[in-house]
Amino acid sequence: MSHEAENKLPTKLWGGGRSPFNVEYGKLMMWIFLLSDAFTFSALLIAYGSTRSSFPPAPVHEAIAFGSHVHEGELAKYFTPSTQGVQLAPGIQPHWPSPDLVFNHFPFLHGHHLPLLFVSLMTFILIFSSVTMVLAVEAGHRKEKKEVAKYMYWTIAGGIAFLSCQAWEWTQFITAGASLTSNPFGPVAFADLFFIVTGFHGFHVLSGVVLNIVITSNVVRGTYERRGHYDMIEKIGLYWHFVDLVWVFVFTFYYLI
Amino acid sequence: MSNVASENMHHDDHVHHKQSFISKYVFSMDHKMISKQFLVTGLIMGLIGMTMSVLFRLQLAWPEKSFPIFDTLFGKWSTDGHISPDFYMALVTMHGTIMVFFVLTAGLSGTFSNLLIPYQIGCRDMASPFLNMLSYWFFFLSSCILMSSLFVQTGPASGGWTVYPPLSALPKAMPGSGAGMTLWLVAMIFFIGSSLLAGINYVVTILNMRTHGLTMTRLPLTIWAFFFTAVLGILSFPVLLSGSLLLVFDRSFGTSFYLSEIFIDGQALANAGGSPILWQHLFWFLGHPEVYIIILPALGITSEVVATNSRKPIFGYKAMIGSIMGIAGLSFFVWGHHMFVTGMNPLAGSLFMFITFLVAIPSAVKTFNYLATMWRGNIKFTPAMLFGIGLVSLFVTGGLTGIFLGNAALDIPLHDSYFVVAHFHIVMGSSAIFGLLCGIYHWFPRMYGRMMNPQLGYLHFWMSLIGVYMVFFPMHFMGLGGVPRRYYAFTAWDQFAIWNDMNIFITYGAIIGASAQLIFLYNFIYSIFWGTKSVQNPWQSNTLEWTAPQEQIHGNWPGEVPQVYRWPYDYSRPDAEADFVPQNVPDDVVPVGWVHAPKGKKDDKI
Ligand code: HEM
Ligand SMILES: [Cu+2]
Repeated sequence: MSHEAENKLPTKLWGGGRSPFNVEYGKLMMWIFLLSDAFTFSALLIAYGSTRSSFPPAPVHEAIAFGSHVHEGELAKYFTPSTQGVQLAPGIQPHWPSPDLVFNHFPFLHGHHLPLLFVSLMTFILIFSSVTMVLAVEAGHRKEKKEVAKYMYWTIAGGIAFLSCQAWEWTQFITAGASLTSNPFGPVAFADLFFIVTGFHGFHVLSGVVLNIVITSNVVRGTYERRGHYDMIEKIGLYWHFVDLVWVFVFTFYYLI
Repeated sequence: MSNVASENMHHDDHVHHKQSFISKYVFSMDHKMISKQFLVTGLIMGLIGMTMSVLFRLQLAWPEKSFPIFDTLFGKWSTDGHISPDFYMALVTMHGTIMVFFVLTAGLSGTFSNLLIPYQIGCRDMASPFLNMLSYWFFFLSSCILMSSLFVQTGPASGGWTVYPPLSALPKAMPGSGAGMTLWLVAMIFFIGSSLLAGINYVVTILNMRTHGLTMTRLPLTIWAFFFTAVLGILSFPVLLSGSLLLVFDRSFGTSFYLSEIFIDGQALANAGGSPILWQHLFWFLGHPEVYIIILPALGITSEVVATNSRKPIFGYKAMIGSIMGIAGLSFFVWGHHMFVTGMNPLAGSLFMFITFLVAIPSAVKTFNYLATMWRGNIKFTPAMLFGIGLVSLFVTGGLTGIFLGNAALDIPLHDSYFVVAHFHIVMGSSAIFGLLCGIYHWFPRMYGRMMNPQLGYLHFWMSLIGVYMVFFPMHFMGLGGVPRRYYAFTAWDQFAIWNDMNIFITYGAIIGASAQLIFLYNFIYSIFWGTKSVQNPWQSNTLEWTAPQEQIHGNWPGEVPQVYRWPYDYSRPDAEADFVPQNVPDDVVPVGWVHAPKGKKDDKI
């Protein structure tokens, strides 16, 4: 039937009998899925924004006090240790902590105040893995199996590196006393939202890594070579870039602002 | 491009191959079977939801009277034939959830989108039959989980179908906040999965797989309605997903997204910093589009049925599409009208109010177009047509009270009163149920190859119409009189005693309405097996589903899929022999450009 369709009839873009976007259904589905997933993340970020705006921002003096170096004594001015972990010292208003002061560690560089350096590295890794994904898609257009596989390996490595970094950062934060019910740096909502937002994003990265592995193994086994095209790489590529884009928003809203 | 097209235009090898019982009836990937699965599951859920409403109506009418049936059915949730207050709330919550989500979202759009999208756009099946099957099974699983919550020790969720925190966020708040609430959330998460899978499939199928010649402006209005229904679901359900996720964390992991400064039994809880209003925003961002997810398919079905049975082209086809788009677009900016009493900024309240009023415009356009289509038409009063007309009636009645409630100044006293119950039951509940029934009567021959008994259909219609108006019309006055919703009895307040007789009247209405549905159910089941055999195009309709052979085959059409030359509303054309011209009749048999394009304007062809 499709042959008849192609041969007999001229087709207008929206005239039926073809995809108006020149894409096969799977890719269109991926686009629409990503659109809906964007709404999932937006809802979380809006929850974050509205919660955060109900707290006073970090006062300037705190930033100055901690800005140079974190001293134990300085900390004690604001926080008192208690049986349930560290708590806000009496008389100190809970305000939204400045992420610069919470996320200022770097592996092996203990004791240095390095605000957001580590998370910047994570961001770089993830964006880099998007670049390798683009290269894999491009290699797929040239139908060069080896190349596709190579860039997919890099992408997977990037994803795993990002997840490992995230694990390290979570560990840091948790060992500092943070959990879903406590936060030594300020309101517990800060910790809750941190875990939920970055956790939900991390879950997306993890799913992406798993899918990438499945697809790469198909590449290696020649599935797409036999199929004659590497559309699958494009579809998973869309997903991967989306997850990357979401991280840019998370990074901006959660860490930078 | 060419391989893209061939890939889209489905694999002909699907057409003939043998299937086992399991792959044909259970894990079917055929849109026609999935449609029946949605319908039957939806009807069962509807029966359960309806039974619940009749039961709690009995208590509302005769609060002093003892009904032994409550003891039998509800066990420890009933004492001396009275439903306990907790369980009354649980029943109301389950009734609302079942009706809104399981019957009128999945049941309605699952049935008819699945049945009609492939048929009416002339393709062999959904873009992804597999995801389509998955969507049904997610829905089925979700229904089972929700039903199982009726049997847990602390009872089902009972904080209302909107599950506002803190009642929904603190497992200890009341019995229904315990395991029942958890199951509600789990069911909802599966439900959202189902509706996303389905919606993505519908949208892609409609965009990519229309047959040759079926431009967007030749689509039947049913398809336009299903399209925007799916779009609404795709954009709004994810927000409920995020909201539910946060609620799960609040319930189970001690977070405080929705909680702040709470006392239980005089004990201060540790939760701080969250806001229950946040849930309301996230919920109603879904919740308002949700009411259009419910009503749009019903309106689409009505458009089709009214045009066919008036033997006239639909009036204002493009205006109909425009108003569907308008309604869909506006529905994302009005959610605040459910939250006027939260103490929102008056400026925000005014904006929500203004945008809400704007919705009246496209709604009125649709109503007038139905009336104009019927105007001086050669109306065939089939049961489907009656339900279509009934829908228009209900849509007007309920729409008018929407203008009351959209006004913040009026909503503040009316909120949480029976006025609201009356409004949403008429405009969304009953009219969408009428749309569902309208669709069932109309497409029953297409689904089962037999006709439903029209006499029973008429009886069903008139009893339903009378029942609905008896139940919900008086509720407006009760609401204006200050009677609050979600109360298990009003015996403790003298000022409500004047409504006692009215409550009895309403319950009689509910019994009439419910009995009508039993007649329908009998007719439905009987006709599946023993109804008179139908002909291929019993309503002499123009759309493509009636060009497919009577016996249902995998792939819908035995040879090539039909090609489309015209819009679907060429009824009663004086230049044609029959009073209908199906979409696949070529231009040289009956010229295309007659009704909706001026003569000679031939560029409308492909
Ligand atoms: C058989 C016909 C029906 C009857 C007699 C009926 C009756 C009722 C009554 C008496 C209430 C509770 C009022 C209260 O105590 O606050 C209620 C609640 C509700 N009903 Fe219906 N109903 C029917 C059909 C439907 C349908 C078709 C829908 C679909 C939209 C629906 C949706 C709801 C919702 C959303 C609620 C609110 C639940 C809540 O408060 O959380 N009902 N119904
Ligand atoms: Cu609304």
